[in-house]
Parts: sequence; structure tokens; C-alpha cells
Amino acid sequence: MELNSKIPAGPLSEKWTKYKAEQKLVNPANKRKLDIIVIGTGLAGASAAASFGEMGFNVKVFCIQDSPRRAHSIAAQGGINAAKNYPNDGDSIQRLFNDTIKGGDYRAREANVYRLAEVSNNIIDQCVAQGVPFARDYSGLLANRSFGGAQVSRTFYAKGQTGQQLLLGAYGALSKEIEKGTVKMYARREMMDLVVVDGRARGVIVRNLVTGELERYSAHAVVVASGGYGRVFFLSTNAMSSNGSAAWQCYKKGACMANPCFTQIHPTCIPVHGDYQSKLTLMSESLRNDGRIWVPKDAEKARLLREGKIKATDIPEEERDYYLERRYPSFGNLVPRDVASRAAKERCDAGYGVNNTGRAVYLDFKEAIQRLGRQAVEEKYGNLFEMYERIVDENPYVTPMMIYPAVHYTMGGLWVDYELQTTVKGLFAAGEANFSDHGANRLGASALMQGLSDGYFVLPYTMQNYLADQINVPHISTDLPQFEEAENAVRQKITRILSINGDTTVDMIHRRLGHIMWEKVGMSRTEQSLKEAIEEIKELRAEFWQKVKVPNVEGMNTELEKALRVADFLEMGELIARDALMRNESCGGHFRAEYQTPDGEAKRDDEHYAFVAAYEFQGVDNEPILHKEDLKFENVELKQRNYK
Amino acid sequence: MGKKGLSSITKKLIMAITGAGLVFFMLFHGAMNVVSIFSEDAYRWICEFLGANWYAIVGTIGLAVLVALHLIYAFILSYQNYKARGRQRYAVNERPEGVSWASKNMLAIGAFILFGLCFHLYDFWSKMQLAEIKGNAPVDGIDQIKFIFSNNYLSIMYLLWLFAIWFHLSHGIASVMQSIGWSNHVWQRRIEFLGKFFAFIIVAMFLSVVIYYWLIV
Amino acid sequence: MNIKLKIWRQQSAAAKGKFVEYQLNDVPAEASFLEMLDILNEQLVLKGEDPVTFDHDCREGICGACGLYINGHPHGRFKNTTTCQLHMRKFKDGDTITVEPWRSEVFPIIKDLMVDRSALDKLIQAGGYISVHTGGVPDANAIPINKHDADLAMDAAACIGCGACVAACKNGSAMLFVGAKVSQFALLPQGQVEWADRVQKMVARMDELGFGSCSNTYACQAECPKGISVTNIARMNRQFLAAKIVEPLEK
Repeated sequence: MELNSKIPAGPLSEKWTKYKAEQKLVNPANKRKLDIIVIGTGLAGASAAASFGEMGFNVKVFCIQDSPRRAHSIAAQGGINAAKNYPNDGDSIQRLFNDTIKGGDYRAREANVYRLAEVSNNIIDQCVAQGVPFARDYSGLLANRSFGGAQVSRTFYAKGQTGQQLLLGAYGALSKEIEKGTVKMYARREMMDLVVVDGRARGVIVRNLVTGELERYSAHAVVVASGGYGRVFFLSTNAMSSNGSAAWQCYKKGACMANPCFTQIHPTCIPVHGDYQSKLTLMSESLRNDGRIWVPKDAEKARLLREGKIKATDIPEEERDYYLERRYPSFGNLVPRDVASRAAKERCDAGYGVNNTGRAVYLDFKEAIQRLGRQAVEEKYGNLFEMYERIVDENPYVTPMMIYPAVHYTMGGLWVDYELQTTVKGLFAAGEANFSDHGANRLGASALMQGLSDGYFVLPYTMQNYLADQINVPHISTDLPQFEEAENAVRQKITRILSINGDTTVDMIHRRLGHIMWEKVGMSRTEQSLKEAIEEIKELRAEFWQKVKVPNVEGMNTELEKALRVADFLEMGELIARDALMRNESCGGHFRAEYQTPDGEAKRDDEHYAFVAAYEFQGVDNEPILHKEDLKFENVELKQRNYK
Repeated sequence: MGKKGLSSITKKLIMAITGAGLVFFMLFHGAMNVVSIFSEDAYRWICEFLGANWYAIVGTIGLAVLVALHLIYAFILSYQNYKARGRQRYAVNERPEGVSWASKNMLAIGAFILFGLCFHLYDFWSKMQLAEIKGNAPVDGIDQIKFIFSNNYLSIMYLLWLFAIWFHLSHGIASVMQSIGWSNHVWQRRIEFLGKFFAFIIVAMFLSVVIYYWLIV
Repeated sequence: MNIKLKIWRQQSAAAKGKFVEYQLNDVPAEASFLEMLDILNEQLVLKGEDPVTFDHDCREGICGACGLYINGHPHGRFKNTTTCQLHMRKFKDGDTITVEPWRSEVFPIIKDLMVDRSALDKLIQAGGYISVHTGGVPDANAIPINKHDADLAMDAAACIGCGACVAACKNGSAMLFVGAKVSQFALLPQGQVEWADRVQKMVARMDELGFGSCSNTYACQAECPKGISVTNIARMNRQFLAAKIVEPLEK
């Protein structure tokens, strides 16, 4: 297999314009004859489906929740970046591009990132036109705030609910098309397999979660916008139903999986409190704008804090170690996520961690409250403070918050070319499900930007380019043998799981997988730990297929849903570990302890590893084939990231 | 499905407007009653003025229409709402903070008020305006008041009735403003206060007459 | 802590349901209500029983998927709290907790505590959006919007679509849900183009779907996990009546 990224020739800033000028189009009469399937209704899926519908295609959209509005994009709090330069602080498309490439530790494709920066401005225009209530100044114009990894204020936000508001905007657009009849919505359906006919993606097998029946749907093209696979770690900030299965089925049907080891650990989450815990709660990174992160300078004081003998407020100013400000004077508390996360882990590992677990650091608003007044702080972060208090039962206006890193986002995903097409013809991947724009680390407020960029402004063009020569292909029949075969395979898999009737629940196995992943494939990885992880995951996978217990009930069966996803996570985990083991360098969210600078920063190896690792499936128990897409940097200079 | 006819908000508007009309009537009626405390002659003049004259009869018919509409739509809405709630009810149900008892029981309170109204019409209207329309001599207003409120049982009945009216109005007046859309985030609290205030004024006027003739005279 | 649960179990929409009692011991006080149900379900699965089905997803109070009627209140009795944000420390050792699904004619039960809320999607489809298509829109700062109005619009837009308002309303009315969406756009200049159509279409759809009407008890506001104000309903009433007069929709 040859990876062809199909990047248009010409100067970086003209590539997208040139592509759009030269791409093939489908005329309105023909669009009606073409069907498109979209999996997922998050920012990428909903915006793509709505845009396809507006253009006149027949669209079928699937989501696993009861409503398209519940996709996990809704939980993004902080904001969305755009190079508008409204605050007049020197921002530009070029600068957003630079920051994103640098933030991604030079492991993203230049052309994709530049396009992302270019369309970022259109996204804001689009969302405002849809009635998204972004925060505004008294002038009535849009307000901006700064975010980790940037020295300008380019983040647009709607209180602490930006993801919700953007998703509701896209959901509105989708609803409009559903009402018009161009889009048909299928809720509570989970994609179980991709159907490939003569080398092209032509349909999907889905499970109706209410009836338990398998259903077949066909189309001329399939878009997978099913999000990331962070729940392979069990505890993460992802929603309970977030899963990587749709993308994983595509991988098994021939689409390459790229950079799976690039997972982002978010620095500002509420610390773990117990074994029964089902998920971790993220608090927006925007808190780092005004909050100061610290641990005690004295390890003895940290011990007393852990034992509950003293309180955080008992530690005087001079005994606090504002370690981010100390280590990174120019960015301070606003260093990128991976840097902030690792620094927190470093302090905790060195014995300065707080909370009864020793796995937490303080995020303090005392200074901000003094400087801005409590009311201003409340206005900016009120809902986050409330959320914290509800979970931890402590008032963050009085005692500093405790935070700890948690798995949040997966930069890796299905390999796609410039057109967002995977290595399977007619199969596209958008949003977090693809790997394309964030390299080895995603900057805050860039996920929303990428999801909407893919859905509103990239796929509507590239999809036409693909479909232009499909206009003579009639609607695909779901009676084709390929559909039959795919459905039978799914049915067999389900029957097999239901027949095991062992003595372990799905969650028990998932929790153990999460433990292996977090300890050995987490924030800091070593060759040794990764090798162990691969073996342990294999064993656990074997155990799953012998011991899992799933109730055999008709119709709605939530345990079966979980089991099917965990079965895939058990395969994914291994690929993540393999990829991390292959990549003998540290970059962005991937930190190999063997590869660090003397002062503990990630040390890249641009000479040997400036490539995208794309894996081709060879069977569950066989090693996948690694394909390398070399990354060429013509417009930025590769530098060691430096936030000092 | 596909219900024809008035929308739910229009039906609510009818409830609001008829309700508001009745509130205005009660303000007038109450003020009229209070006059009896100060001057029996003035009160007799009012009774005569509202006898079998064409304008008083038109007014009475208008009132009857208001009451009838208010009633009919109360029952239509309540029936539809009951259906919308579903057959299976909650096993445990607790009234949340900030929700008044009256607001959840407007239909029941209204039914009680209707029951009282029948007695009231029999006690006074049938012997005054109606008698006059029929061509009989109406009773003297003041005498009738004294007669009715000299009876302890009837007086207590009237007190209970007024109490129910107070409950109904304490929610009803503010509710009118909400239904016709005149409330907003600034005026909401003021309207609720004014609603309760007017309910108090209206009921106080009636109450003063009952108390005066029952306990004092 | 030890608690007793009374949970509504119903195999399917057509089946007859009933309350089933469960005794659950050693529940950690820091666990969330849904984590407590996870613990129960794990025990049920190991015993070979069918676990309790309920909707949930983000578990941080924003997706709107969860919604249980707990001891007589949607999402439990605490203000501005979704079921997933309710923690067991709010209950006492030995408490009996009654858990019911949302009950409304328009929210049929799918299984146990899971109901079908697709009617809310249908309400939005009737007009809960601004009909712009992708591309070709003016610059975001071309229309200044009064900050006060923008903030009020944001407050209305905070609705998570959980359906607690309908569940709380003795009339099964969706006026708060629709009122919030109508208000969001009524407050923004972008929403003015379609204001009259939007409010009339959404109200008509609400009546068609069989939601009840508002009797201004404000139970919806009291139980809304996002604290959405009933003044949004007043605004919708105002817009609806105005639309009926100045720009009535042809039937």
C-alpha cells in the first residue's frame, strides 16, 4: 500500500484555494442521486451532514445516543480558536498555523494545518450567523480570551459551554435538514461494521440499540466522525459511550490507523477519588488563565497535607512552589497541555503531590480574586467552580482547587489524505476520528475548530471531488453479498460474546485494561513498560473471550453494547502500545522516559521520526504493517519546543 | 395528532383575558360593597342603578360569558393536560421549592369557587336583579346583606369562599401577566407581588363587609 | 452507607412495569448517583440478572442524557443539578430511594428508566434554528449585539434538552424547552428574520406532539438543572401572540 497524501502543489497559503478552484463538482441534479452515510453527530458529523444536506445529497446520519445533540463535543468547555485578530494583538492565519504546528510538536502535516488556520475565521462567522451566543464585550463585539500554548487572545467562547453552543448550532443546522427531508436521522444506532464493495466503502451494518436488530444501510460514500478512543484508558474525560469501535472496524476493513500512541493527557481534571469511579471530570483549561498552579516547596508539608493534618490555606506564600511559573517563565501557567501534565506528574512522583492519594496539585485563584474581585472571577468561571464544589465538596473561592491530569483526547486516528479520505476509497474520517491536524499534541480550543472545519468547510468540497465520478452508480443494494457477509460476521461476534457466560463483568475487564494503559502506556512510557503492556493486554484479551459475562436479553442490552466496545479497546490498546514502542523519541503527548533532555523536557528525533506512522491491519493476532508518511516542513523551522 | 383549532397558547390567552375581566369586575364589585359600610343610601342607589336596566343586563350577560369561557377552557385545558401527563403517574411526588400550592390546584380551587358562586347568586342576584327582570320587586340590598350575614353558618361559608378566591387570585393575577407575555426577568417578581397585593385588596374589600355585618352590626 | 432502592423495572414499552426493591450496602459517599447504579448493575450482572437500564453519557451535567425521577423530583431535589452530578453524600445511611423514569405521554418508556425523548428533537426540527446554510455569511463582528441581550440569549441557550421540565410539569408541557429556544433567537438580531414563523411553527408542533399546555406553576423552572427562567415562556407567549396578529402563518 502506498500512502498518498494528495497535497496540492504550490505555496502553502495557496494550496487550499488552488484545490477548490480545480476540484471536480457534482451538478445539483446529480447530487440528488447520491447517498452519503455519516457516522456520528458531534461537531464534525453534524456539520458535515447538515452541509451535505444543504448541497442536495441524500444523507443518512447515525448516532448512538437518543439524540444527535448529545454527542460528546457538547462537553467542550473552553472555547474555539480563530485567527480573527479582533483584539489587535498580532494574530494572523500564519501565526495560528505556526502555533498549531509547534504545539503539535512538528508531527502534523503542514498543508492540513494551514488550511485549518485559514478556515478558522469562516467558522466563527458561520456560528455567529447560526445564533451561537458567544461572549461579547460592552461594545457588542465578540470577546476573546487566551488559552494554553498561545501568546495571543484568539479564543472565542460561550461561558464555559462553548462546545455545547457550537454543537447546538450544528444540531440546529442538522435539524433544519431533517425537517426538509434531505437528511434522515437514525438515533440509538451503533455502527458495527463497514461494508466495502469492490474496494470502495459502500455501506454500514448498524445495531439498533433499542430492538437489538442488525440493520444494513448503503451509500456512495461513508464519513466516520465517531470521535476518539480515549476510553481505552477506562478513566478519561470522555463520555461513557464514547468509543473507538466505528473507526476500529474501518481499520479492520483496510483503512490505516495513524499515530495511535498520540493521546492527550489534560492537565486540569478533578483528581481520582475511588475504585468505583466511572469517569473523570475535566475543568476547562481556561482556568489556567487566572489560576496559579502550585505544590508545597517542602515535601514534609505535602505529607501533612495528604494526611489531612494541615490545609492548603495554611501554607504561606513563600512556601509555595509555583513550579510552572518557575520552570517556564515566559508561558508560566499557560504552557501546552502535555507540558503542564508532565510537570504535575513530575512533582507528584517526587513526593510533593497533595490530596489523600498524593496524585493532585493545587490550582489557586486567590491572586485572581484579589486582582479582579470575586464577582469578575465568578462571571468568568462560576459554572466551573460550581461543578468542582459539587464533586469535591469544597469551595474553590476559599480553598484552592485540586487538579490532576487525565486522558482527554486522542490526536491519533484514521489516516486521511488532504481530502480527509482514508486508505479505503470513499471512506472519509473527520474530527477526532482522524489523525490529521494536531500532530503529537493538540492545543486547547483547537478540537472544536478542527471538527467544524472538517464538517463545514473541508468535506463539502472534497466529497464532491470524490463523488464526481460516481454519478452513474445507482443506489447501492443492501442485498449484495458483501452486506450479507458483514452482517453475519457481526451476528457471530455477538452470539459468541453472549455465549461465554463467564464470571467477570465487562467493566471489571475494562478497568484492568485502563490500569495497564495508564500505568504503562500513559503519560510516561518506557520500552520495558510498553513491552509488558503488550503482553498483558494480549492476556487480558484472551481472558475477556473466556470469562466475560453478558446477560443474554432480547432488545435493549447495555452490557452487550459495552462488551462489544471493550472487545475493540482490547485490540486498540495493543496497537497504541506498539506504536509507542516503535517511536523512539518523545514528542508532544508521547513521552518516552528514555528520550528526554537533561531538564526533563521531551526530546524529539526529527531525523528518524518526522513521519506519520500508519498501520495496516493484518489480523488481530498478527503484527500490523507500518507505513510511513514522511512529514516535510517547508514553512516552519523545526525547533525544540521552548516555553521558557 | 394534527389537532385542529386553537393553539395551546391561544387557549391560555382566553383563560387570561376572561380571568382578567373577572378580576376587574371583582374590583368594582368589592368597591361597591364597601360603600354599604359607609352609607346605606348610597348602596341602595347602586343596587337600583344595577337593576333591570339595559346596561346592567348587558353587563351581566357579559359577565356570564366571561365565566362560561373561563370555565369551558379550564376544563378543556385540564383534560388535555391530564392526557399529556400520561396514564402512569409518579409514585412519589414532592412539590419543589418555589412552586405555590395554589398554582398546582387552580382547577380544584376554581371548582370550589364555582360552587360558592351558585349559593351567592341564589342569595343575592336571584333576589335582586333577576327578580326585577322577572317583574317582581327586588329585595332591599342592605336588608339582604344583614339577613345573610346574621347567619353564622352562611358567614363562615362566605369566609371560606373568599379564602378560596384569595388563593385563586394570588396565583391567577400574576399568571395572567405571564400568559399574555407581559412578564420579564425584571418585572417577574414585581408582578408576583402586585398580583398578591391586588388579590389581597379585592378579598379584603369583600371580607370587610362580611365581618362588618356579621360581627359588628 | 447502606441504602434501599425502589426502582421501576419495565422490560419494554409494551410490557407492564413494577417497582423492584434492592438493598445496596457499602456505597461510598463520594460516588455519584449513577456510579451507585453502576455498582448495583455490576452485582446484578454477576448474579445473572438483567441490569437496570438508564440513559447516561457525559456524566458531567452537559449532555442531557441522564434523567431519573428520584424521590419525587426530576434529577433529585437539589437545585441546578443533573442526575449525574448528584452525589450519594446527599443521602443518609439507611435511606430508601425511589427511582422512576420520566413520566409523560410523549416520553414512552423504552426499558426500565430509559424513555424516548425524540419528541424534543422534533420540536427543534420545527424551527429551533436560524436557517442559514454553510458559507456566505457576514463577518462575525458585522452585527454588534448588546451584551445584555447576548447574555440573556446565552442563559436561554444553556438548555441541555434533558426533559426535566416536561417530567416536572403536572401538565407534561414543553413550554420551558420551547420558550428557551424561541427566546435565544428572539434576543439576537440574527433571529429576527424568521421570528414569526419560528414561534408559530414550534408551538404548533408542540401541540401536535401532544405536550400539555402551561399553567404557570413554574415547576419546570424549579426543577431545571440549568436554572432556565420562565420569563422565557413569557417572551414566547408575547412573540406568539404578536406573530398571530402581525404575521400569521397560513395554514
